[in-house]
Amino acid sequence: MLKPTFALDFERPLLALQSKIGELKELSGGAKVDFTDEILKLERKARKLQAEIFSDLTPWQIVQLARHPNRPYTLDYLKALFTDFVEIEGDRRFAADRAIVSGFARFDGAPVLVMGHQKGRSTKENMVRNFGMPRPEGYRKARRLFDLAERFRLPVLIFIDTPGAYPGIGAEERGQAEAIAVNLEVMSGLSVPTISTVIGEGASGGALGLGVTSRILMLQYAWYNVISPESCSSILYRDAGQAKKSAEGLKLTAKDLSGFGITDETVQEPLGGAHRDHALAARYVGEAIRRHLAQLKLLSPEQIVADRYRKYRAIGVFTSDE
Amino acid sequence: MAWFSKEKKLKSKGGPVEAQPAPAKKGEGIWNKCDGCAEVIYKADLEKNWNICPLCGHHEMMPVRRRFDLLLDPGTFQELDADLTPQDPLGFSDAKKYKDRLKATAKTTGLRDAFVSGTGSIGGHPVSIGSFAFEFMGGSMGSVVGEKVARVIDRAYERRIPCIVFSSTGGARMQEGIFSLMQMAKTSAALNRFRAVRKPYISVMLHPTTGGVAASFAWLGDVVIAEPKALIGFAGPRVIEQTIREKLPPGFQRSEFLLEHGMIDAIVPRLEMRDKLAQILSLLG
Repeated sequence: MLKPTFALDFERPLLALQSKIGELKELSGGAKVDFTDEILKLERKARKLQAEIFSDLTPWQIVQLARHPNRPYTLDYLKALFTDFVEIEGDRRFAADRAIVSGFARFDGAPVLVMGHQKGRSTKENMVRNFGMPRPEGYRKARRLFDLAERFRLPVLIFIDTPGAYPGIGAEERGQAEAIAVNLEVMSGLSVPTISTVIGEGASGGALGLGVTSRILMLQYAWYNVISPESCSSILYRDAGQAKKSAEGLKLTAKDLSGFGITDETVQEPLGGAHRDHALAARYVGEAIRRHLAQLKLLSPEQIVADRYRKYRAIGVFTSDE
Repeated sequence: MAWFSKEKKLKSKGGPVEAQPAPAKKGEGIWNKCDGCAEVIYKADLEKNWNICPLCGHHEMMPVRRRFDLLLDPGTFQELDADLTPQDPLGFSDAKKYKDRLKATAKTTGLRDAFVSGTGSIGGHPVSIGSFAFEFMGGSMGSVVGEKVARVIDRAYERRIPCIVFSSTGGARMQEGIFSLMQMAKTSAALNRFRAVRKPYISVMLHPTTGGVAASFAWLGDVVIAEPKALIGFAGPRVIEQTIREKLPPGFQRSEFLLEHGMIDAIVPRLEMRDKLAQILSLLG
């Protein structure tokens, strides 16, 4: 388990209790006094508290978990689930974009294209990763790799985790919207199996620019929507501080999206969230990907295109007079 | 850009946009103050000139149906899918319930949502065609708009005819959350299927075209045309200014800027649009 270096407000009582248990265990080690009963009692209490806190998370709390600085990122899943990774960085147009990590690797021994948004953990890392906000170059690199995946018949496995595509002058000059648009179309037409997993934040077009996949999986405490709660509330209420309210209204949790039939599976997280146990989180994600990939591999290339087309063509809620 | 003395304040964002006051409200009465030259002109004169300022040539927004009057061969427009009606899948409300906002907007605009579409012909070429209605909640795209755009494309696919979409929008509609986002995927998938019939898809960007519409079918045209001085981009100017903490250079994200950067194919004034479209259709159609 990772050492909790950062705690969300609602995690604090639990973490306090767990650190007390840790102290008692250390004292027991001296064997002068037996705290076994105490420890068992506190552990029961901790489990109960954890269950209570996590059984009733608000959408805003889920957004905070999705952004937890210790949460596993794309590279963490890459290390845990893939072997033989060769990073491919070139967009052949303008620049390397490190907000998206991509390359060839093996998943269960078979070659795949793996790709995802990458956030940084330190300020220095975030300078390199641009906080996981790609510029057009990132999407164009992805597009180039989609073409290669198609030609070499590689399944495409994607991790989504971005606060959005970068809104800057250069990004606009070089066609941010065009870069994303092209990816939507290219991804919709790939004849290899494609699976995206929303592991943290899925903000708007910046997320969807890697997300038009045969299957969409989503971690239990990830969020995915057309806009971030902060941006939504600054438009609606002219006040980013109302984000909590927007988070509720937007219906952005894994539970919501699964209910709408948008996602194909909600991937359970370890107790207390993916940041509490990276290895277990990766195992759950790996199992889900493996299951869906096995199903998709049964389809012919034509069926894969048709299946994906049907999936997206059918999304929408409206009525007509007939 | 010198004559562009007053920048319109747009509430567009990276993705979605809040409802805009219908442009009809502006200059209610018989006079209209031009956004380009700030001259006050007789509204009837402006409308007679397809909402182009007779003094400075500034292209004001135009109500959606007038677009078809201007572009299509007389009497050929047949509206389709007019019965598609938005729902409220999230149960969304802010100052107003989304349901009530839809009802109120339908009443003032006479539209059910922000897109009007059908078939017609231009210079004798049959086309599947649609246009955003900015006057309906800032032309934002939810399920109905996405579905209507996809049907414009599907119809063109089935009939093996070209399709044309006019965009004027702040982007995806946040009141429909993830459904709005997924309309970007839906329309792009429809276009991908359409490419096989080897008929042109022409995208025309009007003022403004931003967010999720810019980042999907609007930028996927085989030919992408813009009206003069239209604001076009992914993120809205306000969001960019907040991010980089400085003022944007004049003319940033306008049609002329995009043409200069190779991001669009041509700028065509409103009154020349019909001939230009007919010309492209005769070459590629």
